Amino acid sequence: MTSRKRGTRSLTLPATPRNVIVVVTVLCLLLVLTVLVSLTMGAVHLPWSDVWAALASPGTNSQAAVIVREIRLPRILLAILVGAALSVAGTGLQALLRNPLADPYVLGISSGAAVGAIFALWIGGRIAAASPLAAFVGAVITMVWVYLLGRHGGRLASYTLILAGVITASFLSAVILFMLTLLSTRDMRGIAFWLMGDLSVTSITELRILAPAIMLAIVGLYVLAKDLNVLLLGAEEAAHLGVNVVRVELGVYLLASLLTGIAVSASGAIGYLGLLVPHLGRMLLGNDHRLLLPTAALGGAILLVLSDTLARTVVATAELPVGAVTAMAGAPVFIYLLRKTAG
Amino acid sequence: MTESLHHLRVEEVSFCYPHFELASISFEAHSGEVVAIIGPNGSGKSTLLEIVSGHLEPQGGKVTLDGADLHRLPPRPLARRVGLARQETILLFSFEVREFVRQGRHPHLGHSLFESPEDERWVDWAIDKTRLAEFAGRRVLEMSSGEFQRAVLARTLAQRPQLVLLDEPTANLDIGYQIEMFRLLRNLALSEGFIAVVVTHELNLASELADELILLERGRCLAKGTAEQVLQPDLLSRVFRTPILVDRNPSSGRPRLTWVAAPA
Repeated sequence: MTSRKRGTRSLTLPATPRNVIVVVTVLCLLLVLTVLVSLTMGAVHLPWSDVWAALASPGTNSQAAVIVREIRLPRILLAILVGAALSVAGTGLQALLRNPLADPYVLGISSGAAVGAIFALWIGGRIAAASPLAAFVGAVITMVWVYLLGRHGGRLASYTLILAGVITASFLSAVILFMLTLLSTRDMRGIAFWLMGDLSVTSITELRILAPAIMLAIVGLYVLAKDLNVLLLGAEEAAHLGVNVVRVELGVYLLASLLTGIAVSASGAIGYLGLLVPHLGRMLLGNDHRLLLPTAALGGAILLVLSDTLARTVVATAELPVGAVTAMAGAPVFIYLLRKTAG
Repeated sequence: MTESLHHLRVEEVSFCYPHFELASISFEAHSGEVVAIIGPNGSGKSTLLEIVSGHLEPQGGKVTLDGADLHRLPPRPLARRVGLARQETILLFSFEVREFVRQGRHPHLGHSLFESPEDERWVDWAIDKTRLAEFAGRRVLEMSSGEFQRAVLARTLAQRPQLVLLDEPTANLDIGYQIEMFRLLRNLALSEGFIAVVVTHELNLASELADELILLERGRCLAKGTAEQVLQPDLLSRVFRTPILVDRNPSSGRPRLTWVAAPA
């Protein structure tokens, strides 16, 4: 299908069904490998045979099996879901805002979720226990608010949308700081973890709700993949090529915001993934969303599982917040990428 | 390969901006014809082109292509019939030329997520016709503005529209490419059977290669017809605010404009 005229070599991988399948398969294999390795690592290093036994026979009740099933597997699964969600959301928002430097938090969703969570924790008691739900409510309210604020001429023009998001995010950050001063120091530590990402607080029940929601939203964005490609050319050019710009922009905004809201509610604000993973994807495979979206999803999953493994193992007795790991690892990578592409 | 004949009718279209009014304008064109819309800056050429494209709803009048009202068509069917190429904003995303041209097939993809072999053939064809084959693997951002304009034309051609609308397609091209682009348009309009409507400042090119010229000034159509009919020295001198001579191009016999050198 590629043109082989006069010795021109395509630099990007064309998005054919075959190529998509190949890329997805390779990344899935990598993901499985990463998960298996990650299951052996942690405060207690488990030999490979124990991990395999725990996975293969669910009835086993050895200490290793409990660690694998109750502690490590849930958080690894959460890392996969959150990593995929944030990376895909970032990819979608970059297309919506037509800016390869946009990340899922630029529209204030994560700040809204944080306000929701902190508010619940502040009230305490039973409400505090439902803080993920409160966070999600905060995210949705922020999503609606930014939409109403950022709308211009019936459309989500990137300029007004970014402004609305940035203003909202900075206002909410001030609110968060204010609320933090009212909290006791005991609650502060929990908040800090939440603000920097925490994959440890999850259960299979929660995962049963998160997984279908996140996967549905990602599939929803994939359906829009070819429209997203055209949207990168500009809103007017996209309209001239038959894209229903208003509908596509709204769809992307909703799906990307929901993915971000769900991810942040489940695990706090984990940074850099939503910016770096799409960027890496673009560097390796180009801008075609039919390839980029699955790459971002799987690549984000792999990177977050790796980051979480590091967070659990780098310091022998404690656990780093995973957001700190993605930031510390992500920032230098990002700077390197910037220098490389600026040339 | 000749397709069935197409017929464009622009009937009494008008539009009103706060400080500008496009008065009722009409014209017709058929397959194989090139129409040039000319006039000074601010005369409403681009507005008229947008109305003809079906993307700007006129306040009065209508535009029909083969009987279909372009302003009643949904986005995708409209994009299958009408290709509009204008001055584009610079992209922040790095596309390959071939990828860029392939976007032109978007209106034809239907429910499928991927291009068919036929779509790829049309992409190859468009790249070949605009002589972009040597650039096919290069990044759009690396091209000169002239090369980029050819890529935009290729993308429009890949749409295989029945109506091709171009807003100053030769703005950044050297004279060789200018002539080539106009000739290409003319030949393709004939061979592929589409109608081309071009907004241009290149009055001599329009004279050589357009079947019909439409001269606008301040939103009004001052003259409409062949180059001989429209390119009258008195009219042009008044409209363009500078003395203009009209003689004949010795090789083609078509009217040729020269501006008067300033008095010594």
